[in-house]
Amino acid sequence: MELKLIGRGVLAGALGGLLAYVFARIFAEPVIGQAIDYESGRDAAQHKLDLAQGLPVAHEGHEIFTRTIQGWVGIGAGLVLFGAAMGALFAVAYAVCLGRTGRVRPRQLALLVAAAGFVLLYLVPFVKYPANPPAIGHEETIRARSELYIVTVFCSVLFGFLAVYVGQKLAARWGSWRATLLAGAGFVVLMAVVMLVLPPLGHLHDNVVEYGRHRTETPLPLRDGTGRIVFPGFNADLLYRFRLYSVGAQLILWTTIGLVFAPLAERLLQPPGTASKTQSPQSPAPVTS
Amino acid sequence: MSNAAAQTHPQAVTVPVVTAQTKSIAILLATALIAFGVYYFIGIDQGAWSVFGKSMVIHEFFHDGRHFLGFPCH
Repeated sequence: MELKLIGRGVLAGALGGLLAYVFARIFAEPVIGQAIDYESGRDAAQHKLDLAQGLPVAHEGHEIFTRTIQGWVGIGAGLVLFGAAMGALFAVAYAVCLGRTGRVRPRQLALLVAAAGFVLLYLVPFVKYPANPPAIGHEETIRARSELYIVTVFCSVLFGFLAVYVGQKLAARWGSWRATLLAGAGFVVLMAVVMLVLPPLGHLHDNVVEYGRHRTETPLPLRDGTGRIVFPGFNADLLYRFRLYSVGAQLILWTTIGLVFAPLAERLLQPPGTASKTQSPQSPAPVTS
Repeated sequence: MSNAAAQTHPQAVTVPVVTAQTKSIAILLATALIAFGVYYFIGIDQGAWSVFGKSMVIHEFFHDGRHFLGFPCH
């Protein structure tokens, strides 16, 4: 049974990843292209500035994959594999929840678990450390940024699990409505503490030393020795669109997982016609669900 | 479906608990581990840490997806 559930989860996830890929090709890739153009333009401007000021000039490493490969094959493989992995994870969470979440039925449970996956694994971490397009993110802080992101994802998943677990316990005494509100409030408070304690990316040591104390790593205008702007800061609208599409892709992925898995799981757990064939002797008429 | 729960009441549908045995737990744990492994390789490897030496092949191949899925990148 577990393997059947997992297989369906992986299938739903891969399909979700494929749909997210189509979405990414249409909406995100043009934005990513513009962000890379900005990065190249800025590097060229910086290069000229350094030359003029007699500073050592940085050389860019050679490219391993062309932009065509990255933008057509790489992102597709990435999204489909990511989707399949998230589908597997979803199925594990679903199997654990099955039978332990009161009266929630298999189909509804699929939607709830998918919503939890979207919120806990992506949306909550995004609130503190949102997705960034190419050109945003300094190479020297990649380690600190990765650690901060993983810690945030871990806390989000842990607190989400605790909220559901405690909520189930509270429901026996307080009823579903108040138990859900209490557990949800607990999650928000714990997560808020974590977000307040962890530093904004701009406050990382390497960033403060090199760029001054700003809140994020988003590039500000490039100025020459006299303070004149020689290259603009990163386009705010472009950043907004990239982040909006990033949320959109994850929403597509998790919605697909929930909607595709729900009927598959229902058929697996309550095959039509066999619902009344359970061992219960006083079994009533076939269950409608 | 050996442990499918009995339907006792049309409204209060009891769903089967599928994870009561050691084998089930092992399968679920292994799956979760593999899934987090894929998550790690697509999102994080060859950025801050690198499992297969200091090459950038995985990083560069998944570059766009890495940015787009919300992982830290540069």
